[in-house]
Amino acid sequence: MEKQNNISASERSTKEELIECPRCHAMIDADIIRDNFKVCPECNHYYTLSPKSRLRMLADRKSFKELDKGLRAVNLLDFPDYEDKLAKARAKSGLDDAIMTGIIKIDGIKVAIGVMDTRFLMASMGTVVGEKITRLAEYAQKHNLPLIMVCASGGARMQEGLFSLMQMSKTSAAIKRFKDAGGLYISLLTNPTTGGVSASFAFLGDIILAEPEALICFAGPRVIEQTIGKKLPDGFQKAEFLLEHGMVDMIVRRDELKSTISRILKMHK
Amino acid sequence: MSNDKRVTPYDRVKLARDKDRPGIEDYIEALFDGFMEFHGDRLFRDDPSIVAGIGYFHKIPVTVIGHRKGKTLEEHMAYNFGMASPEGYRKSLRLMKQAEKFNRPIITIIDTPGAYPGMEAEANGQAAAIAENLAEMSALKVPVIAIVTGEGNSGGALAIGVANKVLMLENSIYCILSPEGFASILWKDSNRAPEACEVMRITAHELQELGLVDEVIPEGSRLFKNMDNVIYKELKKLMKMSPDKLAKDRYNKFRVMGEVFEPKKNREE
Repeated sequence: MEKQNNISASERSTKEELIECPRCHAMIDADIIRDNFKVCPECNHYYTLSPKSRLRMLADRKSFKELDKGLRAVNLLDFPDYEDKLAKARAKSGLDDAIMTGIIKIDGIKVAIGVMDTRFLMASMGTVVGEKITRLAEYAQKHNLPLIMVCASGGARMQEGLFSLMQMSKTSAAIKRFKDAGGLYISLLTNPTTGGVSASFAFLGDIILAEPEALICFAGPRVIEQTIGKKLPDGFQKAEFLLEHGMVDMIVRRDELKSTISRILKMHK
Repeated sequence: MSNDKRVTPYDRVKLARDKDRPGIEDYIEALFDGFMEFHGDRLFRDDPSIVAGIGYFHKIPVTVIGHRKGKTLEEHMAYNFGMASPEGYRKSLRLMKQAEKFNRPIITIIDTPGAYPGMEAEANGQAAAIAENLAEMSALKVPVIAIVTGEGNSGGALAIGVANKVLMLENSIYCILSPEGFASILWKDSNRAPEACEVMRITAHELQELGLVDEVIPEGSRLFKNMDNVIYKELKKLMKMSPDKLAKDRYNKFRVMGEVFEPKKNREE
């Protein structure tokens, strides 16, 4: 099978670096993992991707243009220590919040794309995430572009309280407008897509794709186990379980993601 | 005890959950004439934790939808303590679309500990069902009024809460998550719920100040009369708006929720 990896030689590390797979504990060369779309060649464990790595795998070279840079959360509830927490998260990750949005080309086709980033407070959805997705949908509608959301989230941003909840309705309404105007919306569910994100824009795709073995749920496994008082079966709420129950259209391997999305886009031109 | 500072937020939580507090049966009895309950999502089953049907409000045919907790332990069990499953949200949406077809205003009554975190609910698409409601409600071309009467917890509350006017009874709460769940996530200790209530901003008056709730309805012996007056006043205003204006009004209401910091250079671009 033809590989679609865009990683250039200059991005390779010069010295050998071994990474231990968190699942099978194999020690594997970092370059090999990178060349394998950040999937463990031994056990197929999917590493979490930063938005940059994700975009590198999906976008045509140098086609990315970022939108709405630098938006930052305001402590609307005067929640104790929230500013501190944000400052620490920003310093640690180098990010402003939990999502990057912009325009890319996929095999020459221009699309609006948002990629969530679990390195920032578990990609919880607060006002910045909600606002950037809403603006992206509005932008895509105005410029007649297909819209792709690469979803991942631990759920709501607790420190923003009800403002966080309202981002669910705000983003869902914007996506609905975009779709009603004829726009194509592809949602990609990656590990983990949960809570308020799954129960809003993530599950509104015209076409919903999922990465293998991704946890996708409204209520998390721990909450369900506490409620029903027993352990959940293996594979419950994993992408394969959702496919079986009719909740997603396809499970797509990472090495086939770009070509799959490209085929879908070409059919909707 | 209107905006009495001596009543702590946690006191409100206790009041909102009080077993002697009116339930949806009481509100329907007091506010609507000739109510008929309709059943089923036409896909799988009828979820009894949501009541939905039609009746008259001041001689105006309306659709009424709300959570049902029940009054006795037996009823609590039968109605799953007001925690709805996807079938309940799909029934709600079916009746909202029906209301739109026959140009009936929709009045929703919110009182739920949250969407049901159970295995069947997850397998049957809890996230997808809530997402669909949020998207569809945002564009309904009839007046929608939501009243939080007890607990309005999480996406399970919002799933019937995307309204032109959002009202709260003075001792109700509206939150991203139950205070116990909140304390458990942030501090790993659900016993700190009273403390969580102090910072979450979940009371009617606090949420009105934050601009997330339109009006607080005083309780006491005139509770039903007060509800009747406020709903009637708001409904009369909304019924003067055109179908498109109603949808636009609702979209704009949620669109502006949650201010973010924007760098100066973005605005100049």
